[in-house]
Amino acid sequence: MTNKTLYDKLWDSHVVRYDESDTALLYIDRQLVHEVTSPQAFEGLRIAGRKPWRVEANLATPDHNVPTTSRPNGIADISDPIARIQVETLNANCEEFGLTEFTMNDIRQGIVHVVGPEQGATLPGMTVVCGDSHTSTHGAMGALAFGIGTSEVEHALATQCLIQKKSKSMLISVDGKTAPGVTAKDIVLAVIGEIGTAGGTGYAIEFGGQAIRDLSIEGRLTVCNMAIEAGARAGFVAVDEKTIDYVKGRPYAPEGETLEQAIANWQTLHSDEGAEFDRVVNIDASEIKPQVTWGTSPEMVVSVDTQVPDPDRVDDPVKAEGMRRALDYMGLEAGTPVSEIDVDKVFIGSCTNSRIEDMREAAKVAKGRRVADNIKLALVVPGSGLVKQQAGAEGLDKIFIDAGFEWREPGCSMCLAMNADRLEPGERCASTSNRNFEGRQGQGGRTHLVSPAMAAAAAIAGYFVDVRDF
Amino acid sequence: MKKFETFTGIVCPLDRSNVDTDAIIPKQFLKSIKRSGFGPNLFDEWRYLDHGEPGMDNGKRPLNEDFVLNDPRYQGAGILLGRKNFGCGSSREHAPWALEDYGFRVIIAPSFADIFFNNCFKNGILPIVFQEEIIDNLFAAAGGDKPLEIAVDLEAQQLKIAEDGVIPFEVDAFRKHCLLNGLDDIGLTLQHVDAIKTYEARRRQEAPWLFG
Ligand code: SF4
Repeated sequence: MTNKTLYDKLWDSHVVRYDESDTALLYIDRQLVHEVTSPQAFEGLRIAGRKPWRVEANLATPDHNVPTTSRPNGIADISDPIARIQVETLNANCEEFGLTEFTMNDIRQGIVHVVGPEQGATLPGMTVVCGDSHTSTHGAMGALAFGIGTSEVEHALATQCLIQKKSKSMLISVDGKTAPGVTAKDIVLAVIGEIGTAGGTGYAIEFGGQAIRDLSIEGRLTVCNMAIEAGARAGFVAVDEKTIDYVKGRPYAPEGETLEQAIANWQTLHSDEGAEFDRVVNIDASEIKPQVTWGTSPEMVVSVDTQVPDPDRVDDPVKAEGMRRALDYMGLEAGTPVSEIDVDKVFIGSCTNSRIEDMREAAKVAKGRRVADNIKLALVVPGSGLVKQQAGAEGLDKIFIDAGFEWREPGCSMCLAMNADRLEPGERCASTSNRNFEGRQGQGGRTHLVSPAMAAAAAIAGYFVDVRDF
Repeated sequence: MKKFETFTGIVCPLDRSNVDTDAIIPKQFLKSIKRSGFGPNLFDEWRYLDHGEPGMDNGKRPLNEDFVLNDPRYQGAGILLGRKNFGCGSSREHAPWALEDYGFRVIIAPSFADIFFNNCFKNGILPIVFQEEIIDNLFAAAGGDKPLEIAVDLEAQQLKIAEDGVIPFEVDAFRKHCLLNGLDDIGLTLQHVDAIKTYEARRRQEAPWLFG
């Protein structure tokens, strides 16, 4: 038998059949469902008179459209009538088709990509899909997880399968150790800076190397979350003892004898010695510093101790033009030191950085300090009700509130600003989310992507600072 | 799904790389629970000068005359020409719904983001990849005073341009077959119910924790 990559193993174990042109019918173990990309899929089922193939393979929760301010009355507290209809529609569809849903007031509600691993609903070796591009997150569990469109949501509901072609494989090996103060977020931003936002297009990325193995599972979730920002639909990490320890005891995880059987299988979920990848990228972890994006694409990223780059020094005219447009949109001059950029708002949250370890990192920086006067709003939005509860038990909520942060209810919030949490035109935000596209956090808003510690430090200082000196 | 056999249309050149799905259809329009009616809000933030919200009368909104979709030369365009990494970002299928609703049936670019590329085929839109040189030539041709009209023949896998002749393009055989026949993927997959059931039964034995 030839040496297989982790991707080969995940892929091969899920192929139901191939057709003549090597297109596979791939079996899907878990589908996560949220309110924005599912209504048209359920409508499609209804029109065709179809039922979910294996209803218990699905798990739903509303996240994109829910308000993060106090909401004791659940749906009734959604003031935007169109958003309310969408969340109501999710409830109605889950009821009609029999899906399990963590509704707005359930303590388990949260961002789908936080909820899945937290519940043990996404397990090593699974295929996981969701109508959301950041589904790559779940790859951190040693799963093949990727985002799909609404037609595919309907397809997975109706058939428990998807029609897929195998991608090429890429290994991104982050070798050596990171310096103190450098987090999973900095690693993945540095990776995207290196390979570009289209660098992973057509590939499934395995993240490996010592710096990745050294990360906690939550850190790996952050890295895999942003695989899509590097163009790859799927990113994953080999299973190790940390993965297995993380999974054990979670509500949806197996127990007893089945667990033992599962563990034996999970221990095989790594690339074999000598397995070949279509592309290998090596990155030296010791060179990575805290990262800040300066532009309107995650690849427009620099280290905090440098300057905003100059398009006049770039040879490729299309790229230089893109940089000029980004500088113009961001209201920045080439050559400005990153540490001289003032911030108006701060957002700590999103499926990239809203887990308990992220909350702890940010709280460590905020403890005993005050948010600077020029900061109009500093939001902390935990990724799920359970993260919020845990943070409360550790007293993190109090640290944030005492420092002048707002401590909110779980949801996607200002990551995409579908609800009331958003930037006004021209406002500049230090954000722990994953996308800095034009208008992403509100029309005309300017997003700088950073780690939770860097975001908290920017809130305290009022401008970007190097968290290593903070 | 709508069949796609041949299509003739005017080319609208959108000269930016990394056009993301947030730009194609901004998030406020994702609150809809329907799959139609997104065309008037395609590229909303670039196309109009004010901030768009669902339910507005788009006919009364101030247009950004500098945006290519508002250029008189490209009115009624059916082919969108883009730059690299077109359709990156969110998986929202609302992006191809908006493009299709507006009237685009073909998108040409040097590269596409994977999920968007896939979503196009599910909605009767043909995405075509060409090398940068061909893309540059098309941009030059489409940017002239006279609109550039192209006939796309999927069966023959060719673009036909009046003076310049014919440019062949690549397309995946399975996707071509589905587009040409307007096939519904779910219907196709359900022809293999037995294979799915056999697989499932085997997996239940091998990996029972996946069915817990
Ligand atoms: S937190 Fe942001 S990126 Fe993550 S699922 Fe929600 S909207 Fe998407």
